[in-house]
Amino acid sequence: MIDQDKTQESAPERRRWLDDRKNVDKIYRALLVVCGGLMLADLFYDKHAKYTAEDWFGFYGFYGFFGCVFLVLAAKQLRRLLMRPEDYHDH
Amino acid sequence: MITSLPPGLLLIGGALVVPFLRGWLRWAWMLALPVLGFVDLIGLEHGIHLSISLFDYHLQPLRVDKLSLAFGYIFYIAAFLGILYAVTINETSEQIAALIYMGSAVGALFAGDLITLFLYWEVTAVASAFIIWSGRSEAAYRAGMRYLVIQVTSGVLLLSGALIQVAETGSIAFGASGLDSVAGILIFFAFGIKCAFPFLHNWLQDAYPEASPTGTVFLSAFTTKLAIYGLARGYAGEEILIWIGALMTAFPIFYAVIENDLRRVLAYSLNNQLGFMVVGVGIGTELSLNGTVAHAFTHILYKSLLFMSMGAVLYRVGTVKGSELGGLYKSMPWTTAFCIVGAASISAFPLFSGFVSKSLIMSSAAGEGWVIIWLVLLFASAGVFHHSGIKIPYFAFFAHDSGKRCKEAPLPMLLAMGATAILCIGVGVWSSPLYALLPYEVNYTPYTTAHVITQLQLLMFSALAFAVLMRTGLYPPELKSVNLDIDWIYRRGFPAIGRMLYRAARPLGGTMTIISTKTALGGLSRLVRLTGPESTLARTWQTAGMVALIVTIMALYLVVSFV
Repeated sequence: MIDQDKTQESAPERRRWLDDRKNVDKIYRALLVVCGGLMLADLFYDKHAKYTAEDWFGFYGFYGFFGCVFLVLAAKQLRRLLMRPEDYHDH
Repeated sequence: MITSLPPGLLLIGGALVVPFLRGWLRWAWMLALPVLGFVDLIGLEHGIHLSISLFDYHLQPLRVDKLSLAFGYIFYIAAFLGILYAVTINETSEQIAALIYMGSAVGALFAGDLITLFLYWEVTAVASAFIIWSGRSEAAYRAGMRYLVIQVTSGVLLLSGALIQVAETGSIAFGASGLDSVAGILIFFAFGIKCAFPFLHNWLQDAYPEASPTGTVFLSAFTTKLAIYGLARGYAGEEILIWIGALMTAFPIFYAVIENDLRRVLAYSLNNQLGFMVVGVGIGTELSLNGTVAHAFTHILYKSLLFMSMGAVLYRVGTVKGSELGGLYKSMPWTTAFCIVGAASISAFPLFSGFVSKSLIMSSAAGEGWVIIWLVLLFASAGVFHHSGIKIPYFAFFAHDSGKRCKEAPLPMLLAMGATAILCIGVGVWSSPLYALLPYEVNYTPYTTAHVITQLQLLMFSALAFAVLMRTGLYPPELKSVNLDIDWIYRRGFPAIGRMLYRAARPLGGTMTIISTKTALGGLSRLVRLTGPESTLARTWQTAGMVALIVTIMALYLVVSFV
């Protein structure tokens, strides 16, 4: 089932755009610009908010950002409690 | 039209022919079955078409309404795409099991009574276990056994509920059950197991990732969505489902972040997506129930697509462990692109399918004043993007280059992924055909300025959080590991208790052994006397004796049926 060709030797690979660290930085900066733009957009439309919090400036952005930071850092702590070696269930 | 035949029997019957067909003929046959089934559904009129009397009860194997039809259509679409994806792999047992599994799942949708539902319910359980065993590894065998025990338990609960309902009301109809009766509660738990409610969920993450690359694609679409269908029919508006669903959206995503096996990550996110649907059932308004059905529809597509892309990686590279992958976009550019479409859809990006379905549930949660629930769902939505939308494509195809080079996925896999990706985008861009399928009339516009911008804010800032955590080195690396979950109780806990009891009982051991050996030997010799070559049962009986026996059995049956 596993492809045997993957081990074959081939000519030196061409460098991809993403192989250059500088281009990865460009993506990061583009993301920052997009996020900034989306925040500013909050000034120009009516949210039809059901709850007061929704009307706070940039509520969804902040909620998404801090929600994810909490998710990842909490999950990282959970590893101390839950993580076991890969063959744990084989014993 | 074959309208009087219950849908699903086509696939089950078709499966029996599969072993006699070879090569392209077999694939043409298998692909034609869901197409025929789909066409058959289009011709079906609403109502009860078939009634079979069994003793005092009326079985209704063909009840048609908008709810069953909506699920029926997407089940057939998923069946077609799954079979197309599997064309590369010549595994007869998996093909037969998959057809029977998918056929019985479709059949269950149209069951108007609990007995018919139970029969299909059990067939899906057994057939799907065979799909897992077709993974053909020791781990797949063991996971399949655990899976089967849990699935059959769900069936036993369903049957018990059905029997109690018959005793109390005299009816075997499958309709709005509610939680006011013992029968209703038992059936609720039967559905709850298959729906992977919190603490009943672990069979999903345990078994699905052990199946073959193609097997998991089949499995991901049917069992859990059948349970969602059951809940929508039986328990719409039960408030407890709102809390259960919210817990389901939030709790598995923590596991998804630290899980190394990327198909297991997808199983956790499957669990999280089911949570959104369960909340929709619990709210129970027309808008929210429409949301549940729409989300089940889009979810089947994008979850299949994600499992297909990881299946292709497994097929080509031999592993889907995040710790061993990376940089595969260089070898598998198409698979990468399709995976990203699936990731954007599950994350509910505007113009992708998840957006037009999840909005219905989010809006109904907000509209009905469930503030805490709404906040949990919003957190879970950001989390979905984080672990499914970014983590899956990032660690498989980008991240640090693992140096692994392989061929692109085989053509049938690419075709299936391409078709699924087109559907994901199609539904996202043009939602009215999907909305027309929903059980209630839809007066809803998903694409408003506020919806689009707030959703983009939520998602892009989640992406920013990922980028910041990665660049600061705070993001937990993918590690070769397993994480403890509820399955610890029966994989480690129960055996440990067993060993403890054994040790405690050892002082009594001598006597116990003698007694148990004697009993066992006694039983064995009696069994041999009854069934051995010289035994009573092995002798040739005279016709008169046989007739006497049959008459006795029939008389007994008569007595029992009159009591």
